[in-house]
Amino acid sequence: MSMSITNILVCGIGGQGVMTATEILAEAALSLGFDVKKTEVAGMSQRGGVVTSHLRFGARVLSPQIAPGDADLLVGFEAAETLRWVHMLRPGAEVLTNIGRIVPPVVNSGRYDYPDDPVAQMTALGLTVHAFDATAIALELGEIRLGNTVMLGAMAARLPFPDDVLEQAVLARFARRKPQLLELNRDAFARGRAAVAVAAAPAG
Amino acid sequence: MAAVQPAPAHSRQFLSGNEAVARAAWDAGVRVAAAYPGTPSTEILEVLARFPDLYTEWSVNEKVSLEVALGASMVGARALCAMKHVGLNVASDALMTLTVTGVEGGLVIIVADDVGMSSSQNEQDSRFWGRFAHLPVFEPADSQEAYTLTRAAFAVSEQFRTAVIVRLTTRICHVKGAVTAGEREVIEPAGFEKDPPRWVMVPGHAKPRLPLMFDREAALREAAEASEFNVLEPGKDMRVGFVTSGPAGMHVLEAFPDAPVLRLGFSYPPPIERIRALAGQVERLVVVEETEPLLETELKAVGIDCHGKDILPRLGELPPNILTPAIDRLLRGDAPVEIDRPAPQPVFPRPPTLCVACPHLGVYYTLSQLRNVIISGDIGCYTLGAGHPWNALDTCISMGASMGMALGMDKGRGAKDANKKIVAVIGDSTFMHMGMQGLLDITWNRGNVTILLLDNRTVGMTGGQDNPASGRDIHGQEAPRVDFVQLCEALGVRRERIRKLDPYELPTLFKALREETKIDEPSVIITDRPCVLIGEYKPTQAYKVIDDTCTGCGNCLDVGCPAIHVTRRGQETKPSGKVVDLAFVRIDTAACTGCGLCVQPCAPEAIVHAQRLQPLSFIRQPGSTA
Repeated sequence: MSMSITNILVCGIGGQGVMTATEILAEAALSLGFDVKKTEVAGMSQRGGVVTSHLRFGARVLSPQIAPGDADLLVGFEAAETLRWVHMLRPGAEVLTNIGRIVPPVVNSGRYDYPDDPVAQMTALGLTVHAFDATAIALELGEIRLGNTVMLGAMAARLPFPDDVLEQAVLARFARRKPQLLELNRDAFARGRAAVAVAAAPAG
Repeated sequence: MAAVQPAPAHSRQFLSGNEAVARAAWDAGVRVAAAYPGTPSTEILEVLARFPDLYTEWSVNEKVSLEVALGASMVGARALCAMKHVGLNVASDALMTLTVTGVEGGLVIIVADDVGMSSSQNEQDSRFWGRFAHLPVFEPADSQEAYTLTRAAFAVSEQFRTAVIVRLTTRICHVKGAVTAGEREVIEPAGFEKDPPRWVMVPGHAKPRLPLMFDREAALREAAEASEFNVLEPGKDMRVGFVTSGPAGMHVLEAFPDAPVLRLGFSYPPPIERIRALAGQVERLVVVEETEPLLETELKAVGIDCHGKDILPRLGELPPNILTPAIDRLLRGDAPVEIDRPAPQPVFPRPPTLCVACPHLGVYYTLSQLRNVIISGDIGCYTLGAGHPWNALDTCISMGASMGMALGMDKGRGAKDANKKIVAVIGDSTFMHMGMQGLLDITWNRGNVTILLLDNRTVGMTGGQDNPASGRDIHGQEAPRVDFVQLCEALGVRRERIRKLDPYELPTLFKALREETKIDEPSVIITDRPCVLIGEYKPTQAYKVIDDTCTGCGNCLDVGCPAIHVTRRGQETKPSGKVVDLAFVRIDTAACTGCGLCVQPCAPEAIVHAQRLQPLSFIRQPGSTA
């Protein structure tokens, strides 16, 4: 496997904006001239199912899929979903996760249990986990759909390119579509970036 | 929807395989494009419909879409139709004879195989259709190739006067990569030439054309041998060489950078001599194809020694993590060392669910309360009714099959099923796709079936495409809207046996089902509510649960709405001594849109209107399309 390729796995559930966030990340990488491939399998995910988005970028990307054990960064939009994909990480890779939970009907009905503490479980595996409440931040900002921009803000400092490239990609997208959302997204991005900086301090 | 101007030629774009195919079709000067929505192919027509200067349509089914494209080709226009793998089964009747007539304007059939089965009822290899119908098959490996090969397919189609199949898989359709598009061609249709021996396929006309079809196939075989789309990527490591096609080609290049790899973009007819040449240079030849051993079998038949499905899985995708250990075993005879990585952690499953306030919730809640019924199901979001908590759908086979199967159950049942009611459940789009004929069969043959026709005015599962029930065309413009009551009556259901009702009104629905299943003749209950994901749906005031009033009976959970969450569990001993489980609930007010379905079974009237606390949740409003 080529060492020059960066592999980022983004996960969550249908409707959370996983694919949009990864798309913005891809746009940032493309803007720097990288070859980029992005793949997901999300056929029925609009119905609340599991979504993963694989992003690979580098000089030349062949297969679009990240092999188990090859992900450099795992970004989880929902706590248990992050836990579901830890086996995709290479040894020593980092995890960024929302601690917000979305409990599915199969858990509400009592047929399955939600893990007691997904973050503790990941930490116990020896992973470096940066956990924060992206859902709460988005709700504080008044719009739960800002959650994916919060998550993008959290990623900014962990990419092999300058933070502001990703921020510009986020803002460019909203400036193009809904200019009134520009400031909100700028705030959300900054809050995400700050949240991980704070959360990372005690661990490291 | 206003047309958008596609990005300029030669600009670098980030496109999915589907988007690349759409752009290629536009650049190739396609005049007519038709499809029925189906994952993973849906976006091809969605994107094309936004482009200017061509005709696009959602057809009622794939067979019609292929016939529309063929008609356009007959008048000399370039035409495209796109479908998922099972769609080509439906269109195959037209396919098997259009291969005899050949085409005039370039005709390209895009078929998207759901390798890995992310959203389908089966996994099948559409490359078979190329062999069966003697048509060329192109297989792109990424978005850029999806663009290049689709454009080339039009040229090949016109050069050989044949339809061309472009076979995609989910891992092409839904993967994005950089694509550089070329200049657009503008092609004026040559006009229809009356030519009965060519276009009127009766035995006397078709018989002399069959040898032409085989001559064409022989010429295509020569073309494949010479094709620039069959690329040998050289390598120094001659222990193993690969021949491969589609997305598996990229996986092979990734996993074995030093091996010689012959990637087939023009994969049928296969370039046998080029493969034979590679086989002569390497110690072992391995065929890497998703999913069936088609090429492998053909190579063995012409005496080329190769490995294939003896060492690789016959189902699903073939990414590097599957290929590498298989080839290691082949070369070294032992299992490779597992890489050091975190162990997979067991996490509850998260199956797809019906949406908050989905009108189907009311239907399945009601069906789940009925006893002694057999529920013949169909394909759409409502197939999810087979799952928890409803368990109220007993079959799902193919588009429209609920009708015929219900009739067969009625006619075939013995004493054991004599007292059971037979119900068929079908959505509006599936009914128009292939269900109408089944209903006609039921009425004509005096079947005793109660049909639930779930009209949510859209093709829900594929993301809300318009159809004749929505009253809008592919551009969202007003179009004639089908009247299901009149349609069902015309198909032979007596007017008194056709009811149209609101699936949010549970008592009405329950009463109608009870009454209609008791009557020994076909009846149709049409449920009339828009899908919550389309513009027609209007949310109303949300509900909440009064904690002190909730008794934990759990009746509301039987509705299956994902906005209802359990806060705590308990047990209660009834006066009879029976111990029952309790589940106290809350409603996620940010997600609730006020359909009121859960209010109706709530025994203690603990569910009341709430002031909305937050903006509507993403659970109901996906941020992006699936």
